[in-house]
Amino acid sequence: MLIIKDREIVEDNWVHLSDEDSLIDGNITVTLTRWQEQHDLLSKHGSGLGIRLSGDEPLEELVPDLHHFQLVVLLFPVFTDGRCYSYARLLRDRYHFKGEVRAQGDVLRDQLFNMSQCGINSFELAKAESAEQALSAFDDFTESYQATVLRPEPLYRRR
Amino acid sequence: MYQYDEYDQTMIDQRVKQFRDQTRRFLAGELTEDQFRPLRLMNGLYIQIHAPMLRVAIPYGMMSATQVRMIAHVARKYDKSFVHFTTRQNFQMNWPKLEDVPDILEALASVQMHAIQSSGNCIRNVTSDQLAGVNANEIEDPRPWAEIVRQWSTFHPEFAYLPRKFKIAVIGSPEDRAATKLHDIGLHLVKNHDGQVGFEVFVGGGLGRTPVIGVQIRPFLEKQDLLSYLEAILRVYNRLGRRDNKYKARIKITVREHGINHIRELVEAEWVQIREQLKLDQKEIDRVKQYFTEPDYDQDAQQDTSYSEMLGQDAAFARWAKQNTADHKVPGYRAVYVSLKKPGVPPGDITSEQLEVLADLAEEFSFAEIRSTHTQNLIFTDVKQADLYALWLRLETEGLATPNINTLTDIICCPGLDYCSLANASSIPVSLEISEKFDDLDYLYDLGDIKIKFSGCMNGCAHQSVGHIGILGVDKKGEEWYQFTLGGSSEADASLGERLGRAIPKEDVVKTVTEILEAYVDLRHQDEAFLSTVRRVGIEPFKERVYADN
Ligand code: HEM
Ligand code: SF4
Repeated sequence: MLIIKDREIVEDNWVHLSDEDSLIDGNITVTLTRWQEQHDLLSKHGSGLGIRLSGDEPLEELVPDLHHFQLVVLLFPVFTDGRCYSYARLLRDRYHFKGEVRAQGDVLRDQLFNMSQCGINSFELAKAESAEQALSAFDDFTESYQATVLRPEPLYRRR
Repeated sequence: MYQYDEYDQTMIDQRVKQFRDQTRRFLAGELTEDQFRPLRLMNGLYIQIHAPMLRVAIPYGMMSATQVRMIAHVARKYDKSFVHFTTRQNFQMNWPKLEDVPDILEALASVQMHAIQSSGNCIRNVTSDQLAGVNANEIEDPRPWAEIVRQWSTFHPEFAYLPRKFKIAVIGSPEDRAATKLHDIGLHLVKNHDGQVGFEVFVGGGLGRTPVIGVQIRPFLEKQDLLSYLEAILRVYNRLGRRDNKYKARIKITVREHGINHIRELVEAEWVQIREQLKLDQKEIDRVKQYFTEPDYDQDAQQDTSYSEMLGQDAAFARWAKQNTADHKVPGYRAVYVSLKKPGVPPGDITSEQLEVLADLAEEFSFAEIRSTHTQNLIFTDVKQADLYALWLRLETEGLATPNINTLTDIICCPGLDYCSLANASSIPVSLEISEKFDDLDYLYDLGDIKIKFSGCMNGCAHQSVGHIGILGVDKKGEEWYQFTLGGSSEADASLGERLGRAIPKEDVVKTVTEILEAYVDLRHQDEAFLSTVRRVGIEPFKERVYADN
């Protein structure tokens, strides 16, 4: 599958395992439930390990474990559910997560700019074929008033 | 007033470009209706009975003469040459074409106007007191703070998809002319025991189906912490607010379900983490404040004697001056209300021609500025008393001098069945019947301050639940009926009105208003105001009068 990562279209090299799927080699992501149940086993996983989190699940519970993960996938069940914008900012600003933060679900072109400002750097678009067109979204605005993950100083300190 | 620099201008220009492309993709079928809806709402665009409805933002109600001329122009070119002012100081166009909206927004952007976040589940246009900066009671001018909030909330990337809409109002004097306690966040500039000025913060007010008066979340917030505290409230709400039921998604319900103490703890915990990072610099506060310095007032304005002469000579002028002008902090100046409540004209409506006259008058008499008010009127805030007579004559010619500010016929009214697809009943035609019935000015003045608020359905756009007399349209088996409430207030003593009794059929609405007023006149003690009388005697005597005959 093609995704957008750091403003480029790339082939995805992660596999998202459901709670029933058996473990495989290579980069995998699991749910928070599975991580909590199979903590010991998963922390020995030989390749990349990622976790999938929805706005219903408490981000704070995951924080002590963040160093195990190279990828945090944030779920947007519908694009109007804005909870994970806050999660992305907290992951970056407060918990200093340096790995990949990805948006998955109802991810559309018109939300990419805000998502990226909040610290999300990879995107599984709802319609993968629209990726080429969607790239221009990152340039919709060249400035923002607020302190964001991409521009940590608010405009009032820069103007 | 605030002037854009290249940063502000670039952002709104880019917004127009972005929305032009979104509209193009929608019309080309690349965006579904569901995908386009939130995007257009964040640009002020509803789809209503006749056509799209475009709500344009007027941050805290401030307009320059140039902007007013542009409003007149877009209304003429793209609509039916009139606009409608709303209770949140914005204006609406009722008949634009979807294809034209990007052009309308581009025209508005050329004079530093926009429709950004005037609708949708995001932080809405910030409102304030129409007498900001000119009333003597003020602790501090709220406008620089409203502008700082405007900038912080505009395109905030984290808060574009909140559980529900989010409204903020800021005031700087003890009188509340901005209904702040009916906002998701109300900010009051106050002085603490040490004489230091900061904000008292209210949260969780709102109207709609479940009207709630906001409660205090923080008694005193230092000014430089304003943005971090707002960001903390918004983050808590964005995470916690309900998303399963849109009728329970406003922060008023979040506060009710979790309790104000718990919400306060969460907000404070969040706040300590971001407080330092988002501290406002004095440099920025000063930068914004420089746009709101006093205009060049004539120090000798008070010397004029013509004003008192004209008051003596012309009774109609005197009546207008008494009712439609307000005290000013500078001796010799007054603030002048432009009534948009002429009997026979839908409350809040104004034509392009009238707007152009007002732009001229603003340049001639009031430092080229006009403001909109929460009560759907306009105001010139800085008029010399010597100019009042000339200004009155011109307003009178335009039908903008109805001397009814703060009287019974200064009705706040929503569009209702005439324009709104959610309406249960008509509101404009019935409110017009009321103002036509009560056209005897002496009777109106005798009744004093009575606020009628009239909504066409329980969404409550006209704030009926906080009207001294609230009227709400309801649907009974396809017929239009009206539910009355008495004793509400949106001011400093905010309260919700109490139900009078069962709903009233349309043909009896005017009669019911008449009976309520008669009961009041019988019950009041001397000069006692309507609201005080209702609060003193309760609802029963009114009930008896209205429902006596059946
Ligand atoms: C004709 C198109 C309109 C539609 C479809 C519409 C729709 C709505 C809806 C659904 C609500 C309830 C929202 C909620 O409870 O969360 C609402 C509230 C409101 N509307 Fe409107 N409205 C319209 C026009 C207006 C106009 C003309 C005004 C001003 C005169 C206005 C001012 C307000 C205000 C102040 C509220 C209360 C917000 C609160 O609960 O704090 N609306 N509107
Ligand atoms: S109160 Fe109801 S009828 Fe009136 S404008 Fe609002 S939604 Fe429409």
